[in-house]
Amino acid sequence: MLEVLLQPLQYPFMLRGMAAAVLVGIVCAVLGAYVVLRGMAFFGDALAHAILPGLAVGYLVGGGAREPLFWWAMGTAVVSSLGIGAVSRTARIKEDTAIGIIFAGMFALGIALISSVRSYTVDLAHFLFGDVLGVGTQDLLLTAVFGGLVLVVVFLFYKEFMILAFDPVLAATLRLPARLLDNILIVLIAVAIVVSLQTVGVALMVAMLVTPAATAYLLTRRLWKMMALAAAIAAVSAVIGLYLSYYFNVASGAAIVLTCTTAFIIVWVATSLNRRIRAVAR
Amino acid sequence: MAFLDRFRNPNLTFLAHPHPHSPDKPILKVEGLTVAYDSGAALDNLTFELQRGERLAVVGPNGAGKSTLFKVIAGVLRPSRGLVEVAGHEPGGHICIAYVPQRTQVDWSFPATVADVVMMGRTGKLGLLRWPTHHDYQLVRQALDTVRLLDLADRQIQQLSGGQQQRMFIARALAQEAELILMDEPLTGLDSRAQEELFSVLELLHSQGVTVMVALHDLKIAGERFDRVMLLNRRLVGIGSAETVLNPAQLVDAYGSHLRLLPGVDGTLALGDSCCDDGEHDHA
Repeated sequence: MLEVLLQPLQYPFMLRGMAAAVLVGIVCAVLGAYVVLRGMAFFGDALAHAILPGLAVGYLVGGGAREPLFWWAMGTAVVSSLGIGAVSRTARIKEDTAIGIIFAGMFALGIALISSVRSYTVDLAHFLFGDVLGVGTQDLLLTAVFGGLVLVVVFLFYKEFMILAFDPVLAATLRLPARLLDNILIVLIAVAIVVSLQTVGVALMVAMLVTPAATAYLLTRRLWKMMALAAAIAAVSAVIGLYLSYYFNVASGAAIVLTCTTAFIIVWVATSLNRRIRAVAR
Repeated sequence: MAFLDRFRNPNLTFLAHPHPHSPDKPILKVEGLTVAYDSGAALDNLTFELQRGERLAVVGPNGAGKSTLFKVIAGVLRPSRGLVEVAGHEPGGHICIAYVPQRTQVDWSFPATVADVVMMGRTGKLGLLRWPTHHDYQLVRQALDTVRLLDLADRQIQQLSGGQQQRMFIARALAQEAELILMDEPLTGLDSRAQEELFSVLELLHSQGVTVMVALHDLKIAGERFDRVMLLNRRLVGIGSAETVLNPAQLVDAYGSHLRLLPGVDGTLALGDSCCDDGEHDHA
């Protein structure tokens, strides 16, 4: 049994991948609490997809080099997050429609750019679904620094973000700088998406933001507990997912997400049953 | 670190303008207030004043602009025209106004305890990047004690009854150290016992000199429990004592087709406000 657990860890790429997946899981899960409570899942999904053209341009300009991609992704993510925010505030169409238009347009642009390159399918697959076993030392360092930064900002503005999620009218009567704080939250989501890119990729990103946080939401009744539990669920899912990926030879990002999903289903069934039983007992 | 101090001090942030109070001015002064939406005027040329410690009931049919009026006073909505002054200054720099939302507009499944929600009221005084101190926790306990919810402080907010939920928001207003509390239809869905408990808390606020404005559907309660009554239907139909404001002519003026006037026993007048949850109310 111990052999089964230790064997994959003799490979440095497995260790780096696992460290990255755990880090990313924790960052996304903590931030994901706000994504779930404010109903921003679609925004997060759209933002992840909107990064693709930035990745593509970086890829074309850099001639396939991986190092600059992080910064291209970061730039695109921050710009498009603030752009989507501005459009959804000012346009006379509904927010989700505005997000849909921008998201699909950007995604199509990214695919068009990447498809101009020969080795298109392999590279596109890496962007879309991640490549956690290809995480280098440099990648891991960037993930740790920016992921840590996200957690620090979430901690600093804990009480303000909680009010904005629960009662925007109170935020207004207390004269909180709501617009600024909203933009900070949006940029944090953008940064979290970029650091997670190599782990789960563009297409599955939203699961890291939403699934562990939603699972924790079913189990707790206080915000900080929800965040802590979501982080724990995500970290454990990342480890289990990578082992499953190793032994069953399935894509690592998909394995991690499926583990999160399984955890959610188990908790959801258990809490529903529990409520049913209590209702009958009463 | 001067920049950081500016950022932290709620009265001096670079985002809000400081507004000291002028104690000789009325707590609320509204002059020629008009709020226009694309679909038309929501409030038309309102003028009135409110003195410190006063209790004002705001009545009128659905769509009369009660919530709009409250949101303008709270500084959430900007008026199209006219003047609103809180203690002699425009709303925008004040954190002394508390808005108690309608219960249907609150996400009750939010992961927060009663004490968590009341602590939210302290955020304005705390300022950015600061954590609650012993003093803040003390004030939260005091506020919960005042509304008699101290033993429920650690409950998740969904586990409260309707009346307890209303009182929790009053506790939040107290923790905010609000001087003017705006309550949007707090009685909706409360049974008479819960209503009584709410009024005994409002009585306590009155004795502490807190001004309250309450939107209501029940004209009888408006007349009995408040110092003055405001009859609103986009424009100000009347404001003053219940006897002067709630007369048949003005009620027909305000409610129009929503109102049914029926002769009652002893020369009383029964009227039904068809927008009420619980049907008819009597008015003497």
